Amino acid sequence: MPLTTLTGRRLRERRLALQLRQADVAKAAGMSASYLNLIEHDRRRATGDVLVRLAAVLELQLEDFTEGRAAALLTDLRAAAAGAAVVAVETDRVDEFAARFPGWAALCAGLQGRVGRLERVVETLNDRLSHDPHLSAAVHDLLSAMSAVRATAAILAEDTTLDPDWRKRFHHNIHQDAERMTKGADALVAYLAGSGAEVEGASSPQEEVEAWLSARGWHLGELEARGPGPGALAAEVAALQSSAARELAGAWIAQSVRDAAMVPRGGLEAALARGEDDPLRIAGDLGADALAVFRRIATLPGRPEGLVLCDASGTITFRKPIPAFSPPRYGAACALWPLYAALARPMLPVEALAEMDGRVSPRLRLRAYAEMRHVGGFQGIELRSAAMLVTPLVQAPVSAPILPIGSTCRVCSRPACPARREPSILGA
Amino acid sequence: MTKGRHVLLVEDEPNIAEAISFLLTRDGCKVTTLGNGSEVLAALRGQQVDALILDLMLPGASGLEVLAAIRADAALAGLPVLMLTAKGQPHDREAATRAGADRFMTKPFANAEMVAEVRALLGV
Repeated sequence: MPLTTLTGRRLRERRLALQLRQADVAKAAGMSASYLNLIEHDRRRATGDVLVRLAAVLELQLEDFTEGRAAALLTDLRAAAAGAAVVAVETDRVDEFAARFPGWAALCAGLQGRVGRLERVVETLNDRLSHDPHLSAAVHDLLSAMSAVRATAAILAEDTTLDPDWRKRFHHNIHQDAERMTKGADALVAYLAGSGAEVEGASSPQEEVEAWLSARGWHLGELEARGPGPGALAAEVAALQSSAARELAGAWIAQSVRDAAMVPRGGLEAALARGEDDPLRIAGDLGADALAVFRRIATLPGRPEGLVLCDASGTITFRKPIPAFSPPRYGAACALWPLYAALARPMLPVEALAEMDGRVSPRLRLRAYAEMRHVGGFQGIELRSAAMLVTPLVQAPVSAPILPIGSTCRVCSRPACPARREPSILGA
Repeated sequence: MTKGRHVLLVEDEPNIAEAISFLLTRDGCKVTTLGNGSEVLAALRGQQVDALILDLMLPGASGLEVLAAIRADAALAGLPVLMLTAKGQPHDREAATRAGADRFMTKPFANAEMVAEVRALLGV
């Protein structure tokens, strides 16, 4: 019968509850008072007949010492000890540890639980990589096309006496397979970068909120003037999986309320309808914050613009992707985005015509702007935030310089990019 | 030599099939190609085949299913079989070996390696 920790504490609490003296209980149980004292302070382990006698004197059931939270705590601590491959853990003193340092013990057990949960997420992701039918099919297609290209190209390269008809046929096959490979690689990168089923627990709170907004078409009509207000969104927010996501959604809603008040939908839509889409001019006309206009333009119903927001560290805090522009889900974005130039030069607008890396290489108009806030006044801290509005271009001006950009280095195929941080998986 | 030896190639990717067929034909083999696993047994029973190259993932019936049926058929059980697959993980190789494959190759392959494997399969 495994005995739990905290045995001594329980014995002591019970004795005090019965208003018995330590010496009296010790005598009744046939032991010295000093030994009972050690037991009550978990310096000695009460096992076997000692515990039976103490339980009898104190009118306790032995099961009280083998079940409940204390037992669970011990189990978790032993599991943590079992996982400690490089450290010799005093497992024989786990009861004492739990009794003497309940806070540390709970922390260890909690961390052990967290490690277990994270390991399950890793296993799930690993399983997904191994068995995901979409991923498997995409990799299989790529490998098949590569096999055909390799075999055919080798024949063309090595057989100098190849019949012209065969040569022509093999050239056609290579072209066909190269097209397949391109499509397959694009599909694979798109899948790894942004699509596919989420693994439960593996998506970030920010992704949860963005998925929610995306499902709503990015627009929260309830927050417009004469709308029902934030309360109408409460059920949707409550349905978000993590508390962090609910908190982020709440912050986004609060900001959207302020944005809607500062940049009324009617005035904004009227400006856009007459061809005025410069966020800074609109902000000037409406007397609004520039970033509020960036956010409002991108989140009006049906608008084609994408939007990226970041804080002073360059961390992306909001993403509205569009088909021609897909910001990375993980890691740092392309350092060439005007977003970062604007971040370094607050209050100065930065604009660029850009070409996104990819098979289609869509052209984009990027407009970025950063603001500063001084929280706490002259003695306070400076907070910077930047926004980049991404407008897809049907036809870019031919003469204008084009900035070659990507999503993030890992999935960018520009090997000679001077801003490259790490090798691309596309070039590997 | 491989001259006149008959190889049945079961591969659903037409360009891979064409390249392998060209390589083996150039090496002296007679090559027949099929693109569906469900047609293999009938094809084997209808003609003399000296070796079989079998893709793992096939429409109709998978390479493993076809191989199991071949090994269960007394008239075909001794046929030398090379399994070919884009799935090169150890468990795929183990599954092919368990099913009775004589040799195993992963895609992409080197042409010389393919020819050498087929020659080995034919015992030349």
